[in-house]
Amino acid sequence: MTAPDTLTPVLTATWADERSWTLDSYTASGGYEGLRRALTMSPDDVIAEVKDSGLRGRGGAGFPTGMKWGFIPQDNPKPKYLVVNADESEPGTCKDVPLMMASPHTLVEGVIISCFAIRAHTAFIYIRGEVLHVVRRVQAAVAEAYAAGHLGRDIHGSGFDLDVVVHAGAGAYICGEETALLEGLEGRRGQPRLRPPFPAVAGLYASPTVINNVESIASVPSIVRHGAAWFASMGTEKSKGFGIFSLSGHVTRPGQYEAPLGITLRELIGLAGGIREGHELKFWTPGGSSTPLLTAEHLDLPLDFEGMAAAGTMLGTRAIQLFDETTCVVRAVLRWTEFYKHESCGKCTPCREGTWWLVQTLAALERGQGSEADLDLLLDQCDNILGRSFCALGDGATSPITSSIRFFREEYLAHLTHGGCPFDAARSTAWAGQEALA
Amino acid sequence: MISQETYDELTAIAARYPEARSGLLPMLHLVQSVEGRVTPEGIETCADILGISAAEVSGVATFYTMYKRKPVGDYHVGVCTNTLCAVMGGDEIFARLKEHLDVGNDETTRLRDGDRATVTLEHLECNAACDYAPVMMVNWEFMDTMTPTSAVDLVDDLRAGREVTSTRGPRICTWREAERVLAGFPDGRADEGPSAGPASLVGLGIARERGWSAPPADRDADADAVPEEPGEELAAARESDDNQAEQAVVEAESGSSETAAEKGEAS
Repeated sequence: MTAPDTLTPVLTATWADERSWTLDSYTASGGYEGLRRALTMSPDDVIAEVKDSGLRGRGGAGFPTGMKWGFIPQDNPKPKYLVVNADESEPGTCKDVPLMMASPHTLVEGVIISCFAIRAHTAFIYIRGEVLHVVRRVQAAVAEAYAAGHLGRDIHGSGFDLDVVVHAGAGAYICGEETALLEGLEGRRGQPRLRPPFPAVAGLYASPTVINNVESIASVPSIVRHGAAWFASMGTEKSKGFGIFSLSGHVTRPGQYEAPLGITLRELIGLAGGIREGHELKFWTPGGSSTPLLTAEHLDLPLDFEGMAAAGTMLGTRAIQLFDETTCVVRAVLRWTEFYKHESCGKCTPCREGTWWLVQTLAALERGQGSEADLDLLLDQCDNILGRSFCALGDGATSPITSSIRFFREEYLAHLTHGGCPFDAARSTAWAGQEALA
Repeated sequence: MISQETYDELTAIAARYPEARSGLLPMLHLVQSVEGRVTPEGIETCADILGISAAEVSGVATFYTMYKRKPVGDYHVGVCTNTLCAVMGGDEIFARLKEHLDVGNDETTRLRDGDRATVTLEHLECNAACDYAPVMMVNWEFMDTMTPTSAVDLVDDLRAGREVTSTRGPRICTWREAERVLAGFPDGRADEGPSAGPASLVGLGIARERGWSAPPADRDADADAVPEEPGEELAAARESDDNQAEQAVVEAESGSSETAAEKGEAS
């Protein structure tokens, strides 16, 4: 088999189509063919197809999607639920929002097939509230799907019933954590739950629940339509298929690039026209701010789950934020740390108190106050949070700090010798050098 | 004042869910759309409908940042100051707007002579549009690739009552109208605006230019020939890939990444 092309638009393939968000447009390009096919299969065969495809969760953790579905105890008499995590909030992550805006039916079709597979008759799409037009487009797509008989009672004569509820969140990064999301969906403060029990056994309303990211569910129709082998022909050995890579920051053409997993950042930056003219790459996040930073040394690593783990980081959501040499890494890390402090739900002490102390220590360093010993203090604080917090938010808060101290220790110290930040923030802006705009 | 009509709509929201309390987040959005903020009366009404205490509703209303205890202006103007947008100029935009509007974070402008509308300014965390940095939001509609100058023009237009259109969405409605959509009552604007902005399409454009695509699916041709017998093809496809897939699953199960995977953002 020949190697796939460098870019492989599947999820993004229809985004430039006229009125791509409508049922007519989606159907004209083969939409709902996956559903038609799924309804000729048994639910277990659909699960097997997704398992065999090698699809791993696209929300950051990379857990095999088909295996997650297989954890649903079918002998449990309670209703089963599918909850789509559309709370896209990880800093740098911006793939699900354009997907739902341009092609909400890809998600809706995926929801129907997935529910058929796990035998759920109610699904919820939990969309962060801060993206109004996305909420509108998904609401409209669900309404169109009902009108076309893709949703409701006895879907296309299959005997399968499904209702979908579009649910808008209200502003809380923590609700991207799946059990906190369930709390929010149950009308409570979004604080994570102790596991076990895992949601597959006792999730929404203490019933068996699958929670999947938007892009994971949106990948399902193409897998069912074209087959597991087709999907698995893209990507790397253990990171199969395609994914949307989101490039942002100091790059000539930021945007969405859909490619087989395993593409390198060098290839992506090449396609994106290079780092902005006259500048060079300094540091980047592979998959959002919770994934440890990398540098220009890491341009040739495969962007897949294994390649990133081997480099001491994570593939995460493929949210590649690129920063050039004008950017102060201490400023960048302090801002992310303030974010984690703001978003800490307060449930567990290491995260609630720890993120507060991280901000105090980092802010002083950024002002040029303190001493070199404060770097060890920071690392010690991180050590008291990482692995000791209730959920991954606390772990994520430590990632930018420990990785930046590892790669840029000298730059932290420069703040002390300089008596403050040695960088000119104005040089980093999108309009630097074009003063008329400012 | 919560009218009977609003009470009925709040009840209808709760009825969308297998368990009524699941309706609380959208119900609070509806309260904001009629009251301009989460009021004590709105809290009592939600508690009454759901059969829970006002303290429980209050606990939820104070947890989520989109719920406001102070009146919000006609337009909620957000500036992303998370790291990437801040570095790309969000900090400068936010500083310029604070000065221009003479308000601080989470504060609302006075209605001056000649103003048709008020504006509430707030700095935001990442709003999932990083490829359009620096990003602003007006009533949670995207205003992409902003500059200090375009930001000042934007708020001037809003205060003067001029119609503003999202750079990647519809004509902008008021904050209260936006909150009603979030409560699950569509406003008919879903078909406004483009499919996608230019940055969302950049990879697709390159692929088309260079003739790149996902590989053809062998099965599609087969399926056309034998449309009613997908079972065998599936079995064949599965067989050929069985060992590899099983192996990946086993390794994923036994790997040390499992704890992290289970703990991470829902996959």
